[in-house]
Amino acid sequence: MAGIALTQLDKRYGDGTHAVEGLDLEISDGEFLVLVGPSGCGKTTALRMIAGLEEISSGKVEIGGTVVNDLPARDRDVAMVFQSYALYPHLNVYDNISFGLTLRKLDKGEIDRRVREVARVLDLHEHLERKPKNLSGGQRQRVAMGRAIVREPQAFLMDEPLSNLDAKLRMQMRAEIARIQRDLNVTTVYVTHDQTEAMTLGDRVAVMKRGVLQQVGPPQELYDRPVNLFVAGFIGSPGMNLVSATLRSTEYGQYSVEVGDQRLVLPDGLLARRPALAAYDGREIVLGIRPEDMEDAALDGAVEGAVLGSSADLVEAMGSDVMVHFPVEARPVVTDDTVELARDAGEPVGSRGVGSTVLVGRFSPRTRIFEGQQIEVRVDTARLQFFDHQTGTAIWNR
Amino acid sequence: MTLVADPVPERATRDTGTGGPPPRGIVSRVAGWLGSRLLRGALVVIALFWLMPVLGLLVASLRSETSNRADGWWTIFTAPAQLTLDNYRDIVSNDTILDSLWNTVLISVPATVLVVVISAAAAYALAWIDFRGRDWVMVTVVSMLVMPIQVALIPIARLYGALDMFGSIAGVVLFHVALGLPFGVFLLRNFFVGIPRDLIEAARMDGAREWLIFRRVVVPVGLPAIASLTIFQFLWVWNDLLVALVFADPESQPITVALQSQLRQFGSNIDLLATGSFLSMLVPLAVFFAFQRYFVQGVLAGSTK
Ligand SMILES: Nc1ncnc2c1ncn2[C@@H]1O[C@H](COP(=O)(O)OP(=O)(O)OP(=O)(O)O)[C@@H](O)[C@H]1O
Ligand SMILES: [Mg+2]
Repeated sequence: MAGIALTQLDKRYGDGTHAVEGLDLEISDGEFLVLVGPSGCGKTTALRMIAGLEEISSGKVEIGGTVVNDLPARDRDVAMVFQSYALYPHLNVYDNISFGLTLRKLDKGEIDRRVREVARVLDLHEHLERKPKNLSGGQRQRVAMGRAIVREPQAFLMDEPLSNLDAKLRMQMRAEIARIQRDLNVTTVYVTHDQTEAMTLGDRVAVMKRGVLQQVGPPQELYDRPVNLFVAGFIGSPGMNLVSATLRSTEYGQYSVEVGDQRLVLPDGLLARRPALAAYDGREIVLGIRPEDMEDAALDGAVEGAVLGSSADLVEAMGSDVMVHFPVEARPVVTDDTVELARDAGEPVGSRGVGSTVLVGRFSPRTRIFEGQQIEVRVDTARLQFFDHQTGTAIWNR
Repeated sequence: MTLVADPVPERATRDTGTGGPPPRGIVSRVAGWLGSRLLRGALVVIALFWLMPVLGLLVASLRSETSNRADGWWTIFTAPAQLTLDNYRDIVSNDTILDSLWNTVLISVPATVLVVVISAAAAYALAWIDFRGRDWVMVTVVSMLVMPIQVALIPIARLYGALDMFGSIAGVVLFHVALGLPFGVFLLRNFFVGIPRDLIEAARMDGAREWLIFRRVVVPVGLPAIASLTIFQFLWVWNDLLVALVFADPESQPITVALQSQLRQFGSNIDLLATGSFLSMLVPLAVFFAFQRYFVQGVLAGSTK
């Protein structure tokens, strides 16, 4: 086992695509790092450079303290799980799993012991004689995992290993992968564009956008302290609501944000945590409100300065919660980041009215709100997020 | 979805709801049944028509020379008693024919094996190994495909003369190999590039060098194409007359040349010709059926999703 270090890693393809730009990342021994970002942001490219399958344009990849830039994939002693599984179609499950071991000329008995052990862990022992074409999707996925595990490599590299599974199976395998990684304690780099997978699996999560690393940190930190609009919008599901607002200070030294013609009063502690905010007095900023930081005021009690009034556009009952979409009279935020996010989510960009933004709140299932009803939404103002309107960076301590 | 008083959702469910084929009227079903019957009948007729010469050859080889000269092969349907194995008895004691048949084997087997092995290795390199000038090699290979064989005969004959190889089996084999390679490389390369990249890279990650990837992944997965090439090349060499006629001297002549020279010497010694030809046909048939099982569809099934 070993840590992985990437220094100023860069990849330019022949056609000029700058797929990865100056990636600096240190993954410590035994850590589970998730690389996440929208489609085409260079996650796979980065992973393939670690694996040795893609030539490095510039920069450095170290595994276990050794620079491996010029080491071919077969000598890097890392295992990869492919999105497509890439099982050997002509070999049965046993031979698929043992392939790498036989190449390493391990003792027959040792190979057999390891293959059977892995097959038992992955619940494949009854299918060892089967060919891949006679396996279900989940079983194929586990064979692909088994092939990596059995080698006991320095590190696992996984490229969207669950994206071909249906939702339920994906959840099961997600738990399985978490368990296996914890038991084996092998350094793992896991690529996904599913932020739920990123949040649940990663010790740390690295968010990328167009080849550039945006933020690395524990999942909770990314959720609580996103460094910019992109990370804010990408982490969390549904994504953070972003709306243009204006910061105003009152004569009593209190601050509030104006969202259209409504006002949210900022609690006292907030400015202490975000001293840089004071400089934005009277200026337009981007206000971020997570759906889960809102609640039906009819349940939570309306508090002066922490309520937004609107009417419910759309009510989606999910069972455990109710998603309520409602418009506020404030300009929507259209920046580079939000465009990228909308593109990734497959939403039309800027099609909503210029003067109004639709927010989504995640309310308790006890709410009685119905579509078209006038509502009051209680906002947890202590958890509001603030971003610079020009640069999109989060406003913390200047 | 909410219920709406609108005919559209109802039609939508009828269109998409049933998984099977749309229900058909009795008329179209009868027409379909008749159609498939007719089609099958037509196929049988065509196949029989195609087999006619072979059947004629087989029957002729089973009749004595006198009967063959007296009337056509179809008379066996009325007089099956004329069938005899005499021709086969004669031919197995005919050294010229047997020797040439053996020569055909000595030419065909190495010429096939060499072409298949070299083509496969070259095709793997051209498909999966990055090296400078790869595309130009491929262009050259393709351009050699269009070269007619006749163009090469005289220069190579002179070269063989200079190298003192003229007339030998090795010379014939080499010519066939040279001639078969462009097509072999082209066919296999096009199949190999269709193998998912992940599969090759998975083997690479598993620690395999190029040679092992080739042997343990690409060749097994490429078997259908390799089997096709084997059969194609074998048939071509086995049935070749032109190359052997130019390059083989009498000691190394294959069966095609031997039969052809019989034809010239005696005019119509159909008993020998038919029997020899039929014997010579059996081997390619056997090869075909031996390799047929590799033409399986979906070798890649289950590898990727
Ligand atoms: N071989 C290549 N040649 C040229 N450009 C490439 C090549 N492979 C990838 N790219 C480009 O590099 C960028 C990053 O691709 P990459 O596959 O790393 O994205 P990704 O983050 O893995 O996306 P996804 O989530 O869709 O898998 C994309 O713009 C892609 O079009
Ligand atoms: Mg990818």
